[in-house]
Amino acid sequence: MSDLAVDRDIDRSKMQVSDEVAIEISNMNKWYGAFHVLRDINLTVNQGERIVIAGPSGSGKSTLIRCINRLEEHQAGRIIVDGTELTSDLKNIDKIRSEVGMCFQHFNLFPHLTILENLTLAPIWVRKTPRKEAIETAMYFLEKVKIPDQANKYPGQLSGGQQQRVAIARSLCMKPRIMLFDEPTSALDPEMIKEVLDTMIELAEEGMTMLCVTHEMGFARQVANRVIFMDQGQIVEQNEPEEFFNNPKSDRTKLFLSQILGH
Amino acid sequence: MSDVSFVRTEMLPEQDPPASSVGVVGWMRENLFSGVWNSILTVISGVFIFYTLYGLLSWAMVPTWAAGSLNECREILHNMGREGHLAGACWGVISERWEQLMFGFYPNGSEEGTADLRWRPVLAFVLLIVALAPVLFADKVPGKLIYLSMAYPFLLPFLLWGGSIWSPIAVAAGFGVGYAAYRVIDGVAGSLAAVIGSVVAAILWWLFLASPVAGLLADIIPLGLEPVESRKFGGFMLSITIGVVAIGLSLPIGIVLALGRQSDLMIVKSLCVGFIEFIRGVPLITLLFVASTLLNIFMPPGTDFDIIMRVFIMVTLFASAYMAEVIRGGLAALPKGQYEGADSLGLNYWQAQRLIIMPQALKISIPGIVSTFIGVFKDTTLVSVIGLFDPLNLTNAIRADSNWNGIVWELYGFIAVLFFIFCFSMSRYSMYLERKLRTDHH
Repeated sequence: MSDLAVDRDIDRSKMQVSDEVAIEISNMNKWYGAFHVLRDINLTVNQGERIVIAGPSGSGKSTLIRCINRLEEHQAGRIIVDGTELTSDLKNIDKIRSEVGMCFQHFNLFPHLTILENLTLAPIWVRKTPRKEAIETAMYFLEKVKIPDQANKYPGQLSGGQQQRVAIARSLCMKPRIMLFDEPTSALDPEMIKEVLDTMIELAEEGMTMLCVTHEMGFARQVANRVIFMDQGQIVEQNEPEEFFNNPKSDRTKLFLSQILGH
Repeated sequence: MSDVSFVRTEMLPEQDPPASSVGVVGWMRENLFSGVWNSILTVISGVFIFYTLYGLLSWAMVPTWAAGSLNECREILHNMGREGHLAGACWGVISERWEQLMFGFYPNGSEEGTADLRWRPVLAFVLLIVALAPVLFADKVPGKLIYLSMAYPFLLPFLLWGGSIWSPIAVAAGFGVGYAAYRVIDGVAGSLAAVIGSVVAAILWWLFLASPVAGLLADIIPLGLEPVESRKFGGFMLSITIGVVAIGLSLPIGIVLALGRQSDLMIVKSLCVGFIEFIRGVPLITLLFVASTLLNIFMPPGTDFDIIMRVFIMVTLFASAYMAEVIRGGLAALPKGQYEGADSLGLNYWQAQRLIIMPQALKISIPGIVSTFIGVFKDTTLVSVIGLFDPLNLTNAIRADSNWNGIVWELYGFIAVLFFIFCFSMSRYSMYLERKLRTDHH
């Protein structure tokens, strides 16, 4: 667990939080069968916010962000993303999914398609972008994540760090307004974590709204403007990173921080 | 404590492997003579293979090609000094009857007033190969050939059964009608209504309009081929026809059934599960008997539902049920992340299935799919039990000729070799395809 993941100064000029609400979650509850996995979640995310969600495993943090693009269905309460409420209406779900990008722990690239095809697939089929334009956009974002030379390879031929950067680029090709990260570095070798974090920091520097479930506390400290701590399916504490790390309020948070930062 | 301290100052260069582990000698040492027991087994196997081949070849390599009957064969062999059961093969039966084994009783011009029509199945077979090329080797042939592949399902029955050219065109037009209905309704109502509407329109066309329209057109412009009855079909032509139809239809139907079985919709799911389990629980022979005898009872009196058509349906349904389970295996092997990846990008259900899920699931299932194909092709010989003259049933007909009474090995051997060629080609193709679609190596 690297406490300080970033060794450069972060350009904060564009990292501004606007008043515009990006995500509004109110009184949201979710059960897996009889198990109450998310309890009365209330969370408002403004455009441009960078939120890190931390917590022990099984605390519901992944489930929470997976509810935001309806990979999981919530049973009570409301989730409003960019003004559209998530209901069982398929049109709304597809609309929200095409505006919310997501990166997974295991990348979930499509192994039967080349990197370029992975990147252009959704723009062509969902956004109906002309192929030529989609390829230009894809190359632009591959350039951004610094692997344009791998465009014609298959995901299986890339390292884990490269695959995760491709996954980020794939989401960006849909020009999302919000990005969700579900433990993006947990499946990576230590040497590759940094390259993925660098990509995420660049994204933050451009003002992207981000929700990250991660154990990278260095990243949280330097990039996030808010850290949320969850346990047993509820939000236990949230604060600005400085306060959160230096002056945690709840005992559960103190215990958690002492365990992950203590060695 | 300087024992544990070590720093490499220069990296070692790459070296060639030792000579004894490469080349023919290396391979033989590794695989055939790696130890005492292995060497003994190698020698014993070599002797076994030698004697088997020696016996087989000395039986097969005999000059009986021109013989006109089994007795003539025996005479030739007797003159060579060979006697008894294993004296030698009697190839005369193949040289005299191979055309029958290929075409059954398809008109060959031998009867008074009939023409030799066997060019039609031959042309159909050649066109089959051409039509398959863009499907099997999409990257190696011109893309325009795909139009032939699309027309082939209508060309095949026209060439084999003959009749008016307008019938297959009217049937093909049903797809056009369905598509037109889809476009019209899609503009007005939703896409689900459009799908249902197009299916209904196409079925209405086929049931009520197709045959009058075809008849009308045939009256105006009578174009067509001489009709051939189903009972004249036989031999490999019959096996290949049934095999191609069942193989070609069972894959799409199997995909639909496999998706249906995974569906969240209760009724769709139950129907698919029920169908698959019922068909898999019943022997193919039973289904064929139903096709040949029972089906007529359920038809309105006087309906003449072609026997080969009934066999097509039964064999296709049978193959589809197995295909569905093979594809379900492929679907189950896909990580859940692939569905989530597709979902998170905003692809809808059909886009995700078509672009992400099916290409991978089918690729995983290639060995199983091809096994099913091979099984179906071999199962076509079962149609002999309902009196169709597939190659196996033809051997009985040939033995009924007093000239060839008592001949067994030569006929079955010939049929086995032909079946082997087809099945082995399919098997090799599947291996080629697996190699081609592999994306995890450089």
